[in-house]
Amino acid sequence: MFTSITALVKKDILLELRQQHTFYGILLYIASTIFVLSLSVDEPDAKAWNGIFWVIQLFICVNAVAKSFLQEGRGRMLYYYTLVHPAAFIVAKLLYNLVLMLFMSIVSLLLYTLFIGNPLSNIVQFIGIAVLGGISISLVFTLMSAIAAKAQHNAALMAILGFPVILPLLLLLMRLSRTAFNEVFKEGAVLQLTGLIIGLDALIIAMAVILFPYLWKD
Amino acid sequence: MTKSWWKITSFVLLIYTVTGGFLLDVPRLPILNETIRNLYFHVAMWFAMTILFSISFFYSIRYLRRFDLRDDIFARHFASAGCLFGILGYITGFIWVSVTWVADQGQSLSGVIREPKLIFAAIGLLIYGAYFVLRGSFTDIDKRAKTSAVYSIFAYVMLFVTMFIIPRIVEGSLHPGGKGGQGGNPALNFKDIDSRLRMVFYPAVLGWTLLGVWIATLRIRTQLITDKPLLHTTHKN
Repeated sequence: MFTSITALVKKDILLELRQQHTFYGILLYIASTIFVLSLSVDEPDAKAWNGIFWVIQLFICVNAVAKSFLQEGRGRMLYYYTLVHPAAFIVAKLLYNLVLMLFMSIVSLLLYTLFIGNPLSNIVQFIGIAVLGGISISLVFTLMSAIAAKAQHNAALMAILGFPVILPLLLLLMRLSRTAFNEVFKEGAVLQLTGLIIGLDALIIAMAVILFPYLWKD
Repeated sequence: MTKSWWKITSFVLLIYTVTGGFLLDVPRLPILNETIRNLYFHVAMWFAMTILFSISFFYSIRYLRRFDLRDDIFARHFASAGCLFGILGYITGFIWVSVTWVADQGQSLSGVIREPKLIFAAIGLLIYGAYFVLRGSFTDIDKRAKTSAVYSIFAYVMLFVTMFIIPRIVEGSLHPGGKGGQGGNPALNFKDIDSRLRMVFYPAVLGWTLLGVWIATLRIRTQLITDKPLLHTTHKN
């Protein structure tokens, strides 16, 4: 089980290194989105800054994760089917996308503060929240990508499926990130929100592992 | 499915809801006044929607356990009946909002949209909208049934988690039973609802839900007839 997970993650990383155009494509997507934004909204207030940041994360994730199942052709999926357990396969995909999205989140946060300004009062805390957010968003969209891949490889479908499902998580994240803007929370509220997000992530992983085997059999 | 007693029950209960709902005595509170009668329609719609979505969820799980296409047809039509009641819930809510919160309390419509219960309902309708889009993008019926069942199970669980999360994020609610009250749904809480209202409200919920089930079963039965050749072959396998 563990060996197959690591092998699959390694394979995805190797594929990424060999086909670097998609990786740079996403980086370019991040850079151009933030550049366009910086030209249209110079120095937004804290609330708008926070909102725009999370919406950007959402779209980056759709683009970064979209290809994870779409790139696997029918034949290759059949090959995996003979080799590994479906739970191992989905866990490997979740892990890989998590790492990818983590990287993209950090890069986008860096560019975002550089181009659009930095109203944060506690940057370390916000980095932590961005990491947590990147993980959560990538988990949901990995499963959505697996579903959308079944439907004629449609990336737009993935966004339609994912947005209503991600909404509660996104609201939680936006609420939590207000603590990094010096907003005073009730005692224990920050911990509670963080706990809720982590709990939701655990739920998503559990459901992905339970439900994926059904998607996988044809 | 073809038994008629519950259809007659639904009919009688709804006749009672409409006549009793408009004629029986109700408590008159400031601002709400007589509009509290909308409780029998507006709130009952949401109950019916939630119950219909839950039935759809049940059939989605059953599909993944047995791979019988009949379960898929059930799941689909119960979901669409649920959506119908959700839209009706929005319409009745809109009427209620425009004469109470907006007219008497001076709330703006954009403020009302941020209501926790409205966010929940919007997510629910978006999810089932996406569910139908997903179904539409398949040509292979087995694949469609399987994939949409997976999505609907996942989305339903997330939707019900949302119900508990949203009140923690969005502070304050104009709906009764929000932060200010004891929490929970006042329509379910015996202490919060006047006994005169209860006399009509519970029959109304049951009547509307049965009507929803009736609508869904009619559509399921027509689909079962049109898909008969398909179902027959898949059932043999």
